[in-house]
Amino acid sequence: MEYSYSFLILLLPFLSFLVLGLCGMKMKEKVAFGIGTTVLGVLWCLSLYTAYEYFFAVGRDAAGLYPTVTAFNLTWLDFGKAPLFGTELIFNIGFRLTPISVMMLVVITTVSFMVHIYSLGYMAERDEEYRVEGYEKGFQRFYAFLSLFTMSMLGLVVATNIFQMYLFWELVGVCSYLLIGFYYPKHAAVHASKKAFIVTRFADLFFLIGILFYSYYVGTFNFDLNADPTIANRLPMAVNILPVALFLMFIGGAGKSAMFPLHIWLPDAMEGPTPVSALIHAATMVVAGVFQVASLMPIWLKYAPNTLHYVAYIAAFTAFYAAAVACTQRDIKRGLAFSTISQIAYMLVALGVCSAVEGEGSVGYMASMFHLFTHAMFKALLFLCSGAIIVIIGSNFKDYMGGLHKYMPITNWCFFFACLCISGIPPFSGFFSKDEIVAACFHFSPFLGWFMTLVSGMTAFYMFRLYYVIFWGKSYYEADPENRRKPQEVPAIMWGPLVFLCIVGCLCGLIPFGHFVSLDGHAEDIAIQTFAIWTWPSVAWVSIVVAIIGIGLATWMYKSGENPVPDMLKRRMPKLHEAALQRFYIDDAWQFFTHKIVFGLFSKPIAWFDRRVIDGTFNFLAWGTQTAGETIRPWQSGDVRQYAAWFITGTVALTLVLLCIL
Amino acid sequence: MIPVSAFLVLSTLLFFLGVFGFVTRRNLVAMLISVELVLNAADMNFAVFNRILFPGQMEGMFFTLFSIGISAAETAVALAIIINVYRNYHSDQVNSIENMKF
Amino acid sequence: MANLVMFCILAVVILGSAFMCVMTKSIMRAATFLLFVLFGVAGIYFLLDYTFLGAAQISVYAGGITMMYIFAIQLVSKRTLQNLVERFRGSRVCQGLLISVVGLVTVAVVLIKNQFINQALTVADVEVPMNQIGAALVGSEKYGYVLPFEFISLFLLACIVGAIMIARKEDKK
Repeated sequence: MEYSYSFLILLLPFLSFLVLGLCGMKMKEKVAFGIGTTVLGVLWCLSLYTAYEYFFAVGRDAAGLYPTVTAFNLTWLDFGKAPLFGTELIFNIGFRLTPISVMMLVVITTVSFMVHIYSLGYMAERDEEYRVEGYEKGFQRFYAFLSLFTMSMLGLVVATNIFQMYLFWELVGVCSYLLIGFYYPKHAAVHASKKAFIVTRFADLFFLIGILFYSYYVGTFNFDLNADPTIANRLPMAVNILPVALFLMFIGGAGKSAMFPLHIWLPDAMEGPTPVSALIHAATMVVAGVFQVASLMPIWLKYAPNTLHYVAYIAAFTAFYAAAVACTQRDIKRGLAFSTISQIAYMLVALGVCSAVEGEGSVGYMASMFHLFTHAMFKALLFLCSGAIIVIIGSNFKDYMGGLHKYMPITNWCFFFACLCISGIPPFSGFFSKDEIVAACFHFSPFLGWFMTLVSGMTAFYMFRLYYVIFWGKSYYEADPENRRKPQEVPAIMWGPLVFLCIVGCLCGLIPFGHFVSLDGHAEDIAIQTFAIWTWPSVAWVSIVVAIIGIGLATWMYKSGENPVPDMLKRRMPKLHEAALQRFYIDDAWQFFTHKIVFGLFSKPIAWFDRRVIDGTFNFLAWGTQTAGETIRPWQSGDVRQYAAWFITGTVALTLVLLCIL
Repeated sequence: MIPVSAFLVLSTLLFFLGVFGFVTRRNLVAMLISVELVLNAADMNFAVFNRILFPGQMEGMFFTLFSIGISAAETAVALAIIINVYRNYHSDQVNSIENMKF
Repeated sequence: MANLVMFCILAVVILGSAFMCVMTKSIMRAATFLLFVLFGVAGIYFLLDYTFLGAAQISVYAGGITMMYIFAIQLVSKRTLQNLVERFRGSRVCQGLLISVVGLVTVAVVLIKNQFINQALTVADVEVPMNQIGAALVGSEKYGYVLPFEFISLFLLACIVGAIMIARKEDKK
């Protein structure tokens, strides 16, 4: 059997989680680091080998497609013939290789491996001279959770059916919760972890309902509706319900992928350690929603092509909204978080504009996956860079930064290249993936195309704004060098992963991605890479021009230490600035919705019912029992004569009763 | 000829005197003595019924006989317990063993 | 007629002694009155021509059990012997009295309503022959009592052993 080693890909991180989780406290930090990182290294090699095997060694089958391989598929729960369900109800857990899941394997293990290495540097306690003094409390726990997360995410992407996907989906949610709340003595971290868990759980409820609809009407959990002939009979009945089911599942994905209005948890999730933000809240977990929609894409296209476009509209709005908010954030991680939301929205837009039209309809799918891949690399890089800055500066706020290019050259260059990637400047990766998305949007509707081009210009602007305020401008240290710590470059354990990700992130745009991943499975060229459309005026030129305008605007406004233009704008439009800074009050709207409407109208009566009626019933029972006991207890006086008296009274009474009867 | 009801009234009176004693006395030994009165009343009834109603048989008489034997055994055990109670609580009042309650 | 006179005398002795037995404050006196009651009951047995039963009553009850009481009283309480005894509690006495009277009335009603006391037979004043009792007591056929006889002997033994076990002093461990 091919890929017989694949069970190791799930088992190894799980074992690593068990070992680190159960025995971690007994270990030295370095040992825990060693175990976690070694396992991840092995996983990385296995994933690369799997990718090599899948794409090159085995390659395309006779039909010219990459085959869907199920390495193994174990029966987890077998309910047999379920009366309500109508068919056999069996839950499987398996390992399924498709082009996108293999791609995800590579992405997850690469980023996770880098984060594992990087975290040794990040999670250290440092003295005034940035020398390592020790490690943070819970260091082993951190690595245990990272292992668990890696296992869950891998299980999610190789899911053979939607239910397994949901299972691991919830597991990554738990890991995200645990890692956001890693600094649990901090109030903000606890609140953020709760917020993240509750919001994504709320969205997952829809996912679950969608799964139930889907499986109930279609009779299977599988992604592939053509595999089982018995399903074909049920499909005509299911056609009407499938768009609803798919959209419900998309809401679950929107929760995880932070689509408007369920995005509110992601900025707050930045309370977690920065490596976690890089791994979970930028590169892997948050794209689970994108992955889910992509996995179900054939069904979407066949049964709900019109509903699919709603995804595009929601995502397009989210992209614009997040980009607008990102322009004002003072906390660099929050800024990056909104950038992440915006970029994920790009991917979903690309998926949403897919259609069954031959050729141009499938561009979006490939572009979305390509952008997922490149974005994972450069966004992880951006977060790790910001982590390096936070380690040195000791704060998330841009006010304490500025002028760091002199002190942190490696981080500076990595961040700069990452910004070029995300802004879409050729030949960096973001250019190819993002412009492919924009091209797909133009195919769909010119308006959406221009809209996304505008957002891409905003992206360039806010990324370079961030870059300038961190690395250029007025230096916080130089303003008072006597009393302030002098920034310096991070150690090699941290800049190593940065440089690696920087190289991968910059160059991965040159991969002929369409040859590996495409909607119909046939090789497809990325238009921009073929240089066929480099004729003016084309999408590529427009994008480049818009990106350069954005960068130029940012340079003009923020390059120097003085910020006259932004300050003027702030004064001119205080309301707009304040609204953007407050994320357009979406959080407050949710706060109002949950506290006033949900709590007030639903929770309070339920709580009242629970406390008064349900608890009251049981309290009454308990009270009755106790009172009866207290009443009867004195009768059990231990006084034998009393007993005898009662006994005789009873006998006499009984005799009298008998006398009356007879 | 003695009417049988005379015997029965006698034994009933004796029985309820015993009951009265059992309920009112606080001393364990005195209670036991009251129990003996009750027992004797019952024994007497057995003998009387046997002799006057079924003179040809001997069940009642033997029952009385065995009852005497059993009451001897009962008294022996009961007195042993009372002596033990006295030793442990230094009192032979019935209230003293009230920690048996609850 | 002589029987009736005897019965009256015995009844007076029994009831009087029993009354004194439950009413006296001294335990020792109670035991003594118990002895009289037992004698009276033995007299009743003689009157019924159950001479063996009467003899057993006197020897086992009056002779054995009363002695046991006397010893127990001597062992238990010196105060009791010195007549520093209990006081009756009024409420308790009332309660006992009430129960006794109600019970008495009930039983009396039962006796009156019963029919079988009218079936009383007149029997000759002959005692039950001793050899008949003996044969029945160790007989194993119908109306033979060898099994209860043996059982009660074992039972007595067990009770004596148990009584010794309970009453002996605890081992000092």
